[in-house]
Amino acid sequence: MALPELTGRSTARGSAPAGPVTLGVPRWILAIAAVGALFIVLPIVGMTGRVDWAHFGSLVTSPSAVTALLLSLRTAAASTVLCLLLGVPMALALARSRFPGQRLVRAVVLLPLVLPPVVGGIALLSTFGRRGLLGQTFELLGVQIAFSTTAVILAQTFVALPFLVLSVEATLRASGARYEAVAATLGATPSVVFWRVTLPLVLPGLVSGAVLAFARALGEFGATLTFAGSLEGVTRTLPLEIYLQRETDPDAAVALALVLVAVAVVVMVTAHRPRGLS
Amino acid sequence: MTFELSAVIARRGLDVSFTVAQGETVALLGSNGAGKSTVVEISAGLLRPDAGRAALAGRVLYDLGEGRPAAWLPPHARGTALLAQEPLLFPHLSVRDNVAFGPRSAGASRARSREIADDWLASAEVADLADRRPTSLSGGQAQRVAVARALAADPRLLLLDEPMTALDVAAVPAQRRLLHRVLAGRTVILVTHDPLDALALASRVIVLERGRIVEEGPTRTVFAHPQTAFTRALTFGLDLSAGA
Repeated sequence: MALPELTGRSTARGSAPAGPVTLGVPRWILAIAAVGALFIVLPIVGMTGRVDWAHFGSLVTSPSAVTALLLSLRTAAASTVLCLLLGVPMALALARSRFPGQRLVRAVVLLPLVLPPVVGGIALLSTFGRRGLLGQTFELLGVQIAFSTTAVILAQTFVALPFLVLSVEATLRASGARYEAVAATLGATPSVVFWRVTLPLVLPGLVSGAVLAFARALGEFGATLTFAGSLEGVTRTLPLEIYLQRETDPDAAVALALVLVAVAVVVMVTAHRPRGLS
Repeated sequence: MTFELSAVIARRGLDVSFTVAQGETVALLGSNGAGKSTVVEISAGLLRPDAGRAALAGRVLYDLGEGRPAAWLPPHARGTALLAQEPLLFPHLSVRDNVAFGPRSAGASRARSREIADDWLASAEVADLADRRPTSLSGGQAQRVAVARALAADPRLLLLDEPMTALDVAAVPAQRRLLHRVLAGRTVILVTHDPLDALALASRVIVLERGRIVEEGPTRTVFAHPQTAFTRALTFGLDLSAGA
């Protein structure tokens, strides 16, 4: 038996199949990891215990709940598309080119990761709001962005974009530029290299980045409330609906929260695979 | 398709100037760090020298230096296919589509570029692998496909950077035979560590040492009468008197 002490799985020792031996993790680290996992799992289990299962069906199919869920799914999908369109070029610029002030640009672009969403909402409002930097221009064109579904999508994109950029940039850096160099010497123009080599090679990072961005957009609350408000059917996404219901009908809030958890879990499990697993 | 190159990179102590005649294979020899791969990268357009000039078949690839407007052709416009130590086949494309990549990039239709790919795969004796994924190939097979891919791009100058170093010993002779066959009549720069490669494939050798050319001439002449410690050590035990 090779290094049984390190496998941390003494019970499986005798029945393990032949093959490379996995050098396991020390047991005390596994114990701490288990505590960490419980910290996340327990509240969700606890919430499940509070669900009023007898009325669960009617609670989650109320018109306002269905409207909110559909709005959430629609806007999160639109935000994800926007994140892809903007984020992939941003990741490429950060990973594959060099320009002055790149580190600063990178830090600023990733700012929404660490910024309280409500601050993001205020920033968006002062830019696209009626009296905002660009808002006045849009106003002249007869377009009002703040407190519309567009505002929801912009708020979600604002907070979700860094997730996609980070994920794609990391994949780009890991895959290196050697394939792209070979493609170029075979006569491929930079655009052909992008479509036929770079993009297919970063597809795993692209997918996991898009899933993270979708999940983040789905859960967005603070920036949305600040910049888009809470108008039923227009800007009231599921997190806003849950928060609102919590004041008046806690049972409905818990039921809807569980729906959001379920959607998030489905999305993460089906599409998000960390690099290294396949 | 004569290739002429001069390049200076001060930071790396590189200062070289040489010519490769149309249809000639020149081997670049030298110890690690002598600047062989640097010369290849400069030729391919992947590395920009401080100063110098290169031209291929009358087209200027780059012309850099003080007192003249800088000229620089990007890699894809040079017609210099590069085959490195590792085959670097695109993992998401089939073997056939890998080889078809060059013709496709040059504007050939999908069907036509696949025909070209199949011809080159046959020529590299790996036609049966056309539908396989690169990850399922052995090292020797992958490098043969990489040779086919480089040639399918119809390069005016073929750059081979130690194309057999990473191969299993048993796969080297077959690869050398393949290269011997397909390199005939082409303009080629071959970076190698192996005197056998130089003898079998190159009519002329250039020996680099710390970024400078220290020895140059027909392969057999240089090997029969080595002038530097490097070539003396490299050819130790090779007896070229009989066939020279």
